[in-house]
Amino acid sequence: MIIDARHAVAVARVFFYKTAMNFIALQMLFGDRGKYIAMIVGITFAALIMTQQPAIFLGLISRTYSYVGELSLPDIWVMDPTVDFVEESKPLRDTELQRVRGVPGVAWAVPLFKGLLTVLLPDGQRKIIDISGVDDATLIGAPKIMLQGSLADLRKDDGIIIDANAASERYSITDSATGKKRPLRVGDVLEINDQRSVVVGIAKLDRTFTTQPLAFTTYARAMRYAPGQRRMLTYILVKAKPGADVEQVAADIRAHTGLTAYSKDAFKIVNRQYWMKNTGIPINFGISVFLGFLVGAAVAGQTFHSFVRESLKQFAALKAMGVRNTTLVRMVMLQAAVVGLIGYGIGVGLSALFGTAVAGSVLAFYMPWQLLIFSGGGVLLIVMLAALLSIRAVIRLDPATVFRS
Amino acid sequence: MRAVPEPAAAYAVECHAITKSFGDKESRVVALRGIDLAVRQGEMIMLVGPSGCGKTTLISIIAGILRPDSGQCRVLGTEIARLSPAAAVDFRARHVGFIFQSYNLLPALTVAENVAIPLIINGIERATARGRAQALLAEVGLGDRADAMPQQLSGGQQQRVAIARALIHEPQLIVCDEPTSALDHVTGEQIMGLMRKAVHERGATMVIVTHDNRIFPYADRIAHMDDGHITDIAADSGV
Repeated sequence: MIIDARHAVAVARVFFYKTAMNFIALQMLFGDRGKYIAMIVGITFAALIMTQQPAIFLGLISRTYSYVGELSLPDIWVMDPTVDFVEESKPLRDTELQRVRGVPGVAWAVPLFKGLLTVLLPDGQRKIIDISGVDDATLIGAPKIMLQGSLADLRKDDGIIIDANAASERYSITDSATGKKRPLRVGDVLEINDQRSVVVGIAKLDRTFTTQPLAFTTYARAMRYAPGQRRMLTYILVKAKPGADVEQVAADIRAHTGLTAYSKDAFKIVNRQYWMKNTGIPINFGISVFLGFLVGAAVAGQTFHSFVRESLKQFAALKAMGVRNTTLVRMVMLQAAVVGLIGYGIGVGLSALFGTAVAGSVLAFYMPWQLLIFSGGGVLLIVMLAALLSIRAVIRLDPATVFRS
Repeated sequence: MRAVPEPAAAYAVECHAITKSFGDKESRVVALRGIDLAVRQGEMIMLVGPSGCGKTTLISIIAGILRPDSGQCRVLGTEIARLSPAAAVDFRARHVGFIFQSYNLLPALTVAENVAIPLIINGIERATARGRAQALLAEVGLGDRADAMPQQLSGGQQQRVAIARALIHEPQLIVCDEPTSALDHVTGEQIMGLMRKAVHERGATMVIVTHDNRIFPYADRIAHMDDGHITDIAADSGV
């Protein structure tokens, strides 16, 4: 019992000691307000750049396959073997559709036309439009979310559905009655390749990487709009039978038809890889992130190092009075951790605010939780570097320096 | 309060043939060349001498901050050179109080928090330590400045805080480095009076390094040092 009581007292003393020394460490940190703010600013800047820039990058990259994601029903995309990305139109023979339908494991297969055409807007503007022609019978491939009108309206004469972003931005027109700009709306009459078309719906769609405004109509009508060619079928959208392995069905389609078939996820990766390889985007954003890390590390690291160096006299006094190196190291680590945590929180918060502010705009922004771990790792690295540099000085500190004025 | 040690009979500090040098062969500087010194418990001794004579090195060894190259230094019955670095740190925490020339108060802590530090280091809960610090501050005439920040105090007041900090954990040995060099004559006398009182009331042993001959009369003995040797030890009247 006596041993237990002594042990309890010893544990309590250690607890009191640690909490009080942590308090002293924090008071030292907050007491040097100028350096404290400079360190927070440095870490905030680094966290902001390391979160916001990759979030923009991820947002942009996710747009490279946003069109594939829009079409939720198909499991497999079948295309010409030379297609590199979804906007690349390399038509197939119409007969390929029947061949694909004959592959074991295929529940259904529908055609999809996709191509760039010229559109004449009601106010006389000529624009490029990215037309998708979906299966006339099932309308598979049409948008999921309608803001005005309905999918069934596609069956009306000359009906097309327009992307809401395009309708309000690039396809906004000057109203003949008022003379003011207004979004394209249901009932407006367009000409696509000199063929009459009527807006029957406005759909909510994710923006694409190529930024071409999207429009949807039936496959048969798209054939009418598009310049006549021997081959018109761009993609075949396939649903695997229930219980079938999608990747295996895709492999079977490849084997039976000689065409390329990707599962939806694999096709997304193909699109992403194409733009990653063929543009300087990853390098440019990588440089931004690296510079953010460097500047943040330099500002926060240097300021923290200077803060600790200027506190060495205080650490020496504590050391002389009987504070062990392990405690001093813990104090420095705590100071670094607090600065890192606060700076990281502000930086990530600012990034999130930025993301909220640009949501729905032309600016891309996608901040998954993995990105927070990435930027958190970067901040941790900065903080650890700063702390390690400073800890060395604290450990090597000679307490006898307190006797030198 | 800790019991007052037996007077005269026991020595708080017993140094024999202490040597200490710094640097490598070519840049080697010998600071102490065989120091013999005994300080009685409850005694106030001053180490005086020109700059570079080894005074600071000697109190650093006595305080357990530096290890001698050779010789023995027994402090409060403990052979200080034989302690492990961690044990030396613990020894200082429990048994040694420090008063520095430049006070070395932590600017981000209040006066009371500064005074409480040695108790905190010894595992006393912060609120309790602060309460005791406030009581001690009242004893040194700063009861109303407990919540002030150090930079709001005059030099003399800061040194009083440093004295309170050195006394609060009731150490048996207090080492002081030039405690009055930054103070005017009147304040210096007040500080020495306070320190003298602390020695007498608490029975603590005090080793003071000083150049300030105005405070010599407060010492029980004065050890004169030169070139790493103690050249003379005398009562204050002898200097």
